[in-house]
Amino acid sequence: MRGGETLKIADKEFRSRLIVGTGKYPDYPTMQKALEASGVEMVTVAVRRVNLDRTQESLLDYIDLKRYTLLPNTAGCYSADEAVKYARLAREVGLSNMVKLEVIGDQRTLFPDNEELLKATKVLVKDGFIVLPYTNDDPVFAKKLEDAGAAAVMPLGAPIGSGLGIRNPHNIAIILESAKVPVIVDAGVGTASDAAIAMELGSDGVLMNTAIAGAKDPVKMAEAMRKAVEAGRLAYLAGRIPKKSYASASTTMEGMIE
Amino acid sequence: MEIRLNGKERAVADGITIRQLLDELKLHPLRVAVQVNLDIIKRDRYEEVVLQPGDTVEVLTFMAGG
Repeated sequence: MRGGETLKIADKEFRSRLIVGTGKYPDYPTMQKALEASGVEMVTVAVRRVNLDRTQESLLDYIDLKRYTLLPNTAGCYSADEAVKYARLAREVGLSNMVKLEVIGDQRTLFPDNEELLKATKVLVKDGFIVLPYTNDDPVFAKKLEDAGAAAVMPLGAPIGSGLGIRNPHNIAIILESAKVPVIVDAGVGTASDAAIAMELGSDGVLMNTAIAGAKDPVKMAEAMRKAVEAGRLAYLAGRIPKKSYASASTTMEGMIE
Repeated sequence: MEIRLNGKERAVADGITIRQLLDELKLHPLRVAVQVNLDIIKRDRYEEVVLQPGDTVEVLTFMAGG
């Protein structure tokens, strides 16, 4: 049983088990309302060049830093060296040593490059980072990341932005059996039931972006996700009934007239 | 003198420091990271690092992302 009232990552503790991205919203006010409705305490951000012509508003004007912990990502990095560089830049901006480590191996699927991911994890752990690697749903590799010092492992449910849901719940379950660090399902969630399934499996948390930001009504979907994560967690703690092939009556035969 | 700032040529005063450049750009030093010729410059060195002609400077911050 993966118990605990809160999600603990290294020395940090979160009441919400949902982590939400800040990308792809129609506009910042909608994002702000969606974050509020989702009940999250941690949001992901990217590191990019500042906009020097000042025609666009700044993301940070819409995120209350007293309320939300920022989790910078290394999205768009295709090598360990590049990801390490972005993690260090993020640390300079944010004065936080946490990083959602992404090292992408293929543009079309955005699947991770395992070799480079492991390399970057080792470098950043040694450098004092709290490393949360985005990884395949591969139990052997998840273990390698944990052994390398990752503070959590974040297996994908399906490709980033695909909305295909938890395509291999059995692998996620195996990762959960052996991992001693938090397991956060990252990517693939399409709708509320996907988030609930991830949590029912016993995952410690779920990270998503497109499912909320791309919904017709992001604020409503954010609320749905909050409830799904809570419902899934409760169902996991409650312990589901075993699956059977045949019926088992809910009502006794006793007391029926002859 | 000319420097290359976020991928574009830019004329700045000779002997400008990073801190002065950020002030000129109206950027809050607590919300950016600065890289000069591939070296990340720590925030406590912004006042002492003087830019040289032809330096490649990147100023980065947090943007929307998943």
